[in-house]
Amino acid sequence: MLDLGLEVLFKGSNMLRLLQGLWVAVKISLISIAVSMPLGVVVGSLMTVKNKFIKLILRIYLETIRIMPQLVLLFIVYFGSTRALGWNLSGEVASIIVFVLWGAAEMGDLVRGALISIPKHQYESSKALGLSKVQTYIYIIIPQTVRRLVPLSINLITRMIKTTSLVLMIGVVEMLKVAQQIIEANRMVSPNASFGVFLVVFILYFLVCWPISMLARHLEKRWV
Amino acid sequence: MNWEFIEKYLPLYQKAAVLTVKIGLLGIVFAILVGLVCAVVLYYRVNIARQIVSFYIELSRNTPLLVQLFFIYYGLPKIGFAMSAEQCGVAGIAFLGGSYMAEALRSGLESVEPIQRESAKSLGMNSVQTMRYVILPQAVSTSIPAFVANIIFLLKETSVFSAISLMDLMFTAKDLIGLYYKTTESLFLLVVFYLIILLPVSLLGSYVERRVRYAGFGS
Repeated sequence: MLDLGLEVLFKGSNMLRLLQGLWVAVKISLISIAVSMPLGVVVGSLMTVKNKFIKLILRIYLETIRIMPQLVLLFIVYFGSTRALGWNLSGEVASIIVFVLWGAAEMGDLVRGALISIPKHQYESSKALGLSKVQTYIYIIIPQTVRRLVPLSINLITRMIKTTSLVLMIGVVEMLKVAQQIIEANRMVSPNASFGVFLVVFILYFLVCWPISMLARHLEKRWV
Repeated sequence: MNWEFIEKYLPLYQKAAVLTVKIGLLGIVFAILVGLVCAVVLYYRVNIARQIVSFYIELSRNTPLLVQLFFIYYGLPKIGFAMSAEQCGVAGIAFLGGSYMAEALRSGLESVEPIQRESAKSLGMNSVQTMRYVILPQAVSTSIPAFVANIIFLLKETSVFSAISLMDLMFTAKDLIGLYYKTTESLFLLVVFYLIILLPVSLLGSYVERRVRYAGFGS
């Protein structure tokens, strides 16, 4: 039979270690999402104000973050900022900083898109109905914005979880790193381990992200 | 900032940038081909093939490129599919990008009004001609914005190539940081070169987007 190198996973606590590695990745993305969502709402709302200066600043922030690959941002924060400012950052903190900066920019753009997609007559009609400005936002604008926003931000979550695989490159021990360690340690006993272990990593990532994107698609169909 | 250092290692970055662009573009071409086939399969609802395509799209969209590359580069040789690092890079981008391109094109195809197909039929076109001359041109022009976004996304994703020991920009930067501890200079060059690659694509993209808007006749 073809040796797929799967037996390595059942040795000792290897499977458990892989899952712990996955948890590190998920933890980093959960923290970053929790911080960047409210920030993104602020950024997005500020993007719709009429002040040209604020708009320009935010535009530059968004485009700068967007055009650079996330890995480059990770390098700049992890290697560059520590050298330039002389502080010490662990890989995990550096990745959370990058993901928050990135997430706030992306989320901001989503919020901006959702806000300007509300047609003008919604504001006018609620004014005609005698609603105050606060009432207009609470009862008319925010509910519609949230409905458009939720599926998109859930998609952003899966993107973030996928991007956490990059933190391997700045020395965070997450699932891929653990996988490499397991393969290295068993090089002699099961030379084919790299097939089985990386296959399992592949499937685990899929199992985490797939339900989340299904949920996003379901909500999109129901709400939009 | 040490300009001598920058001058000395500029050629190294140039070589790396050429490699990044070469593999990236080749991968994107394959991704577009894969996407085209998948989108047509989904559009015509070909049985069995449609299920395979949907499964592929879910699989490729819900896993990171880095994991896909590790599997292709380190995993597949164990069961007899050995490829060079360059080929793996192209295969990885094609595998990841194929699904994104397919989704972009599929929504473009679905946005073409049924009346277009009926009119083509009444003009005596067969189904290949209808696809080639009526449906695809309109679908492509509606999906141009999504296409451009995907191309930029895929070019950015090429930054993980260093993990399968391709000497790309990230690899060069990390190497120089490790060797000479010239962090600021190495990172500066890295950012500049990524800008040189990505800015023109982004600008060209928004230009093309404004030019190719002939879709939507009869709607």
